[in-house]
Amino acid sequence: MNAPFFKFGFFGNEVSLILAFVIGIAFGFALERGGFGNARILAAQFYFTDMRVLKVMFTAIVTAMLGVYYLTWIGWLDLSLVYISDTYMLPQALGGFILGVGFVIGGYCPGTSVVSFASGRLDGLIFILGVMFGIFVFGVVFPLINSFYYSTYMGKVTLQEWSDTSYGFMVFLVVVMALAAFVVAEKVEKKMSEKLKVSK
Amino acid sequence: MRTISALFPKKIKVEELTAIEAKPYSNPYLVGFGLGLVLLATFVIMGRGLGASGAMSSIVAVTVDKLSPEYASQNSFFKNYLGDGTTNPLKDWLVFEVLGVFVGGFISALLAGRIKRTVEKGPHISTSLRLVFAFVGGSFMGFGAMLARGCTSGQALTGGALLNLGSWVFMLMVFAGAYAMAYFIRRQWL
Repeated sequence: MNAPFFKFGFFGNEVSLILAFVIGIAFGFALERGGFGNARILAAQFYFTDMRVLKVMFTAIVTAMLGVYYLTWIGWLDLSLVYISDTYMLPQALGGFILGVGFVIGGYCPGTSVVSFASGRLDGLIFILGVMFGIFVFGVVFPLINSFYYSTYMGKVTLQEWSDTSYGFMVFLVVVMALAAFVVAEKVEKKMSEKLKVSK
Repeated sequence: MRTISALFPKKIKVEELTAIEAKPYSNPYLVGFGLGLVLLATFVIMGRGLGASGAMSSIVAVTVDKLSPEYASQNSFFKNYLGDGTTNPLKDWLVFEVLGVFVGGFISALLAGRIKRTVEKGPHISTSLRLVFAFVGGSFMGFGAMLARGCTSGQALTGGALLNLGSWVFMLMVFAGAYAMAYFIRRQWL
């Protein structure tokens, strides 16, 4: 078995667009089931009253990570053909921080805002327009921040390469970290919702 | 503030009239597992991950090109999305994927009785102010996603599962930024 199928020429560009649509449907369906079309649930993460964002994200990351690791190990998947973006340390760190600030102000991220709008939320639509405005502003100032955008380049680098450990060890470490995060999340969530009940 | 709400003809109900009880959201670990399988399938089928902000930048670039082709052709950022003119920039993998996200989100909400014309917000803030915050937050998000070369889907989920160093730094900084800002914006949500 040769995966990724697209990279081995099992189908062409036109078919890949149809698959994109189908994959998108599954993605949107999962996001809505998780409550991610609702800004109050997403924002609750940052007040520790509902830790769904953390739970869903880390479960998804662990699931996909273990799948990739296993399929690579048995030789079904050629990991070198799976695209990962280059690391530009400083712009990515600052971009992440700005994005996080925008997350709690706006209540969504780009993907979840689409789900929100699809289920009738007007704030989701306004958020999408805001994202587009932010992208437009970025495009306009891009020539000015060009050198920062391409600074601190590190190439394609994984956690295991960077820390000089093995793939298997890093996978194990992430699983342990996720499990610990789940235990803490459950406790904090219970404590905070009890606290809010008392104050009400 | 008032002018914003005037843009929308019908008055938007913020509190739900619970005529039909919406189903509760699913178990987060189960949803995460499902989402992980979707992501894994994308890796196996396409050799790439999920994304969302990229589709929005394609739409922005096309809009800029429609309004001012001359400016778009001079700006290195918009030019990058528009390509060499031989293919339509909207005939893009991420654009089709995000169209699917819209349809998938709609189907799921419909089946669960969660389609609701509303604005999500806490009880202590007006609807128009919430919409201003949604726009401002979205703008930060759009700018940040461009600087980071991806958003929660493209960097955190996809790069996270592939153990990409830049993606993990990005993800930690997203949580850092959100928790740092949360206190100042609590009136919107609590």
